[in-house]
Amino acid sequence: MKYRTRRTFTLPLCLLALVLTGALVVSGQKPQGEDELKPGSPHVMQPEELVKAIQASSGPRPVVLYVGPRVFWAQAHIKGAENMGPASRAESLEKLHTRAASLPKDSLVVIYCGCCPYDHCPNIRPAFQELQKLGLSKTRVLYLPKSFGTDWVEKGYPVEKGE
Amino acid sequence: MIRRLGLVLLVAGLAFLGYMSVKQRVTRTKGPAAATAAAPDISLIDLDGTSFNTSNFRGKVLVVNFWAAWCAPCTVEIPQFVTLQEKYRQQGLQVLGISMDDADDVLRKFYPEHKMNYPVVAGDLKSADAFGGVPGLPTTYIYARDGRLKTRIVGATDFSSLEKEVVALLQAGGR
Repeated sequence: MKYRTRRTFTLPLCLLALVLTGALVVSGQKPQGEDELKPGSPHVMQPEELVKAIQASSGPRPVVLYVGPRVFWAQAHIKGAENMGPASRAESLEKLHTRAASLPKDSLVVIYCGCCPYDHCPNIRPAFQELQKLGLSKTRVLYLPKSFGTDWVEKGYPVEKGE
Repeated sequence: MIRRLGLVLLVAGLAFLGYMSVKQRVTRTKGPAAATAAAPDISLIDLDGTSFNTSNFRGKVLVVNFWAAWCAPCTVEIPQFVTLQEKYRQQGLQVLGISMDDADDVLRKFYPEHKMNYPVVAGDLKSADAFGGVPGLPTTYIYARDGRLKTRIVGATDFSSLEKEVVALLQAGGR
């Protein structure tokens, strides 16, 4: 009787453990390239670091490429950045490819978007992968957890407005 | 009895996982509320080509949602805005969707597919600036009946809080 009770109890528990393990594995799976763009990864740059690099009086300046929608660029963008258009679209990715292909392979390139929360941005991952394919190994992605407006503009970092 | 307990544990575990996955995706950020700012008086054109002015909504509680069909956290919210509009239309709630950087054909397909029951316009820099800017998507502005800005939400909306605020504003005064 005792054995039977234990067996009856064990089966659902095993099932639960199996489901939990499976769910954790599935939730941990990210699209290709996403893991290497987690905050803390060497490919990811914090806004404060970019501000210092832009404002530094000596040393090579990073090439800053914007890969988001035009309307947000027109509202405000990082001073000195170049607009490539949303990298989720083929024509913008082509523009990015052409621009990046003209750069020395050891250039420090910073790409950013900030159209929506970082984890959901449809532009930074294709842009990053494109630059990786071109061999620009010093490419970094600017970490804007909520948006460009919240994490850059409203913090008072340097911006330009208009097209 | 024990088998039933196991089943309950299993269901509870699944529910917990579901909750955690939603919680991970939805974080609410409440931006600075410029309580004195007023709803802009701006002319817009909806998807049917009908021109209207935002001043037409004066006297109603106005919820303006900046969104895009390509923005995953935005599209998750659309059914909830639809429900809110349906539930409080008679009491004087007006939801307005301003889509940012969506292709026209995408927008025209999205609208009926999601049974959207409030006006949607294709936004641009002019409309973004008129409402005080769009820091990122989604961004939602809530205006009282007298046109004063009450709240700006940047990022995902907590619809429970939004509904409470809408109800309070609807009850605050008539036209």
